[in-house]
Amino acid sequence: MSGAAEEADSPPTHMSEDSPGSSSSGGSGGGRRTPDLRGGDNGGGPRASSSSSSAPPDQVLDNVLESVLEFLTAARDRNAASLVCRSWYRAEAQTRRELFIGNCYAVDPRRAVARFRAVAAVVLKGKPRFADFSLLPDGWGANVKPWLEALGPAYPCLERICLKRMTVTDDDLGLVARSFPGFQELSLVCCDGFSTLGLAVIAEGCRHLRVLDLIEDYVDQEDEAVDWISKFPVSNTSLESLMFDCVGAPFNFEALEALVARSPSLRRLRVNHHVSVEQLRRLMARAPQLTHLGTGAFRPEAPQGEGMSVSELAPSFAASTSIVCLSGFQEVNPEYLPAIYPVCGNLTSLNVSFASLTAEDLTPVIRQCHKLQTFWVLDTVGDEGLRAVAETCSDLRELRVFPLDATEDSDGSVSDVGLQAISEGCRKLESILYFCQRMTNAAVVAMSNNCPDLVVFRLCIMGRHRPDRITGEPMDDGFGAIVKNCKKLTRLSVSGLLTDKAFAYIGQYGKLIKTLSLAFSGNSDLSLQFLFEGCTRLQKLEVRDSPFSDRGLLCGLDYFYNMRFLWMNSCRLTMRGCREVAQRMPNLVVEVMEEQNEDKVETETVDKLYLYRSLAGPRGDAPPLVKIL
Amino acid sequence: MAGADVDVGTELRLGLPGGGAEAAKAGKRGYEDTIDLKLTLPTGGMQEDSAGKPEPAADKAKRPAEAAAADPEKPPAPKAQAVGWPPVRSYRRNAMTVQSVKIKKEEETEKQQPAGAAAGANGSNFVKVSMDGAPYLRKVDLKMYNTYKDLSIALQKMFSTFTATGKIRHRNEGKMVEAVNGSDVVTTYEDKDGDWMLVGDVPWEMFVASCKRLRIMKGSEAIGLAPRAKDKYKNKS
Repeated sequence: MSGAAEEADSPPTHMSEDSPGSSSSGGSGGGRRTPDLRGGDNGGGPRASSSSSSAPPDQVLDNVLESVLEFLTAARDRNAASLVCRSWYRAEAQTRRELFIGNCYAVDPRRAVARFRAVAAVVLKGKPRFADFSLLPDGWGANVKPWLEALGPAYPCLERICLKRMTVTDDDLGLVARSFPGFQELSLVCCDGFSTLGLAVIAEGCRHLRVLDLIEDYVDQEDEAVDWISKFPVSNTSLESLMFDCVGAPFNFEALEALVARSPSLRRLRVNHHVSVEQLRRLMARAPQLTHLGTGAFRPEAPQGEGMSVSELAPSFAASTSIVCLSGFQEVNPEYLPAIYPVCGNLTSLNVSFASLTAEDLTPVIRQCHKLQTFWVLDTVGDEGLRAVAETCSDLRELRVFPLDATEDSDGSVSDVGLQAISEGCRKLESILYFCQRMTNAAVVAMSNNCPDLVVFRLCIMGRHRPDRITGEPMDDGFGAIVKNCKKLTRLSVSGLLTDKAFAYIGQYGKLIKTLSLAFSGNSDLSLQFLFEGCTRLQKLEVRDSPFSDRGLLCGLDYFYNMRFLWMNSCRLTMRGCREVAQRMPNLVVEVMEEQNEDKVETETVDKLYLYRSLAGPRGDAPPLVKIL
Repeated sequence: MAGADVDVGTELRLGLPGGGAEAAKAGKRGYEDTIDLKLTLPTGGMQEDSAGKPEPAADKAKRPAEAAAADPEKPPAPKAQAVGWPPVRSYRRNAMTVQSVKIKKEEETEKQQPAGAAAGANGSNFVKVSMDGAPYLRKVDLKMYNTYKDLSIALQKMFSTFTATGKIRHRNEGKMVEAVNGSDVVTTYEDKDGDWMLVGDVPWEMFVASCKRLRIMKGSEAIGLAPRAKDKYKNKS
């Protein structure tokens, strides 16, 4: 995994590339007009075209160089080192242990394995993020199979595979188990295509498995779920982490209990909602050494009054003195929450974002969580609940507030009041995701002043084009203050009523921004122009439902090679503009999905555009709906 | 908390509290259950629980912790929702939907069980109904009715012989009630906590879930009940 992004005691950051520490540059300095494929996290950079003629070859012995390069872990730094000269390129290629491919279509797998000969871990990302919001058609692509077919023969000693937003079939999992005898870690985030059958194959085939983390995947429900838990080795296992809260099917609980009992290294366990508090107690008795626990349903098996009482559950938590991360609570009965009090004082991470808790439910819990650094919650706790968080959790680094009712017309239970409170109480905040219906510029400005360490600021005002609820003004000034005052900001999502002015600010001040998401914002193509010209580190731009036309798109021509991708849907693009981009930029793949109409006549309007730099050329696995220009 | 909710209903006055201000505040999620159950009047302008919100979240919704927004009722016709907006992962959307449906089902099953001996798989919910001055009690199955109006009609039929004027009055929203005379009666209920509440304050489902028995009492005895009802349910689900 890109090491900086994954912290041991937070909920999985979903292989996120937003991390406070990684400010390693590698970005291009001057000469913005020359295509600079080095600038990103693309694992397959080109050879430097100009280096061989001028400087003499470096005198350092290759093996000494390799020893030094072993210490270089960040992909960006390695990319930079590989461009120094040929011998550095070779040395770096021999010593790269983790292969990070930010876009699985950016390079041909065979080319990647040809260059890097000693890889132990592979991280692959597939679909663009808007696939999570049902904006991509089924069968769009990002199949892992071609990659596995290349990785298998090339890296028989491969230990770790992490996939995000890729389609992984049961057969693919079988290929993993067969290809890599020493396989240790499998992490699937937001993937789809597999079922319990594939999990059984992994459990059975990978005898040295240490990590099986399934995070927010869409697991196919078979008619008869396979008892995959029983397929793990019958002797003591090496398991350190087992996370399967997204596997919807019921499973063999006795087998899990036995598995936990014979996995002495197990530190992280997240079960699905088929686990009651009674069963949880049994599991916790078997694994008192857990550091991360996903609690399943957190309600009793039997209706109220007949099951286990809270006081019978609390001792299990009292005995689990190592727990620092709690999640689950998927069908929580709030009466059982007090059972977790014994561990609250140690918690650095708490995820109750699948539990409809009120402020009353939450407050007694959160008041004990003095060390909390990561907190995910539903907006049902309201501004009052957030106030309690602000008053207690002065060490908070990451906050995510999700909406219970994710529709535009919902009432929304949190507002600028909650945001203001958080900003005043949690001064060390680095990352925030906040869904609400009502917001003010003042609260956003306050956060920009109170929380200067912000790296990720994602504010989603759910009603479209909503202005400041008090002044009626656009939200330009609020977001302007964020980009101006939060000097470490690398990721920004904007919402509410926004004019071109907001993007002028972002272009002017958002010099470190790598990822930017816009929706229903801006007045004109000027917005795009401001962004392309101003945000020199921009790598990922996602735009939807904004009044940008071909003219705005073409403003980006000089910058697309520095970016991983651009996504635009429901804007005002036409085929003509997209074709022009494709023609002028040979190393870009330009995919469009046209607006559907009943006649199936080819229209000029482009509904969805996804363009990305690539050394592989147009892919061959696109479905009929996708046209590659 | 900003925007403290001044509850007009806590004012002490003669007669049953009413007043237009409450309508606006209570209107947030369609909690406009307080209808005029005077049977001689048609429903006339009083809104019942808006059944038009199919989201599972609506039934389990808690009152917003802050009521600072002066939002009136939502526009009648919601505009077309944009696909994938707000940007909540479909994984999360699915998980919440499944969960809330499951919990709602379980809660309904739970609530029916203490409600009476007749509770069974069909989910009936019989409660005793007493009326001051009547020689015997009756029983009604709350599950047979969907609204306060239906219930009042049924009670009316059951007890019509015992009231002087033939009227059974329930919570009257939006109107100042005239001074109660001895012939008017009011319906109250005992809830799970043992408190006697005025019928009609809370959404129908909440009432059914918490009602243990009904009592029809003289209007003069009913003064002072309503404020507790408002306070009690103000911060609950």
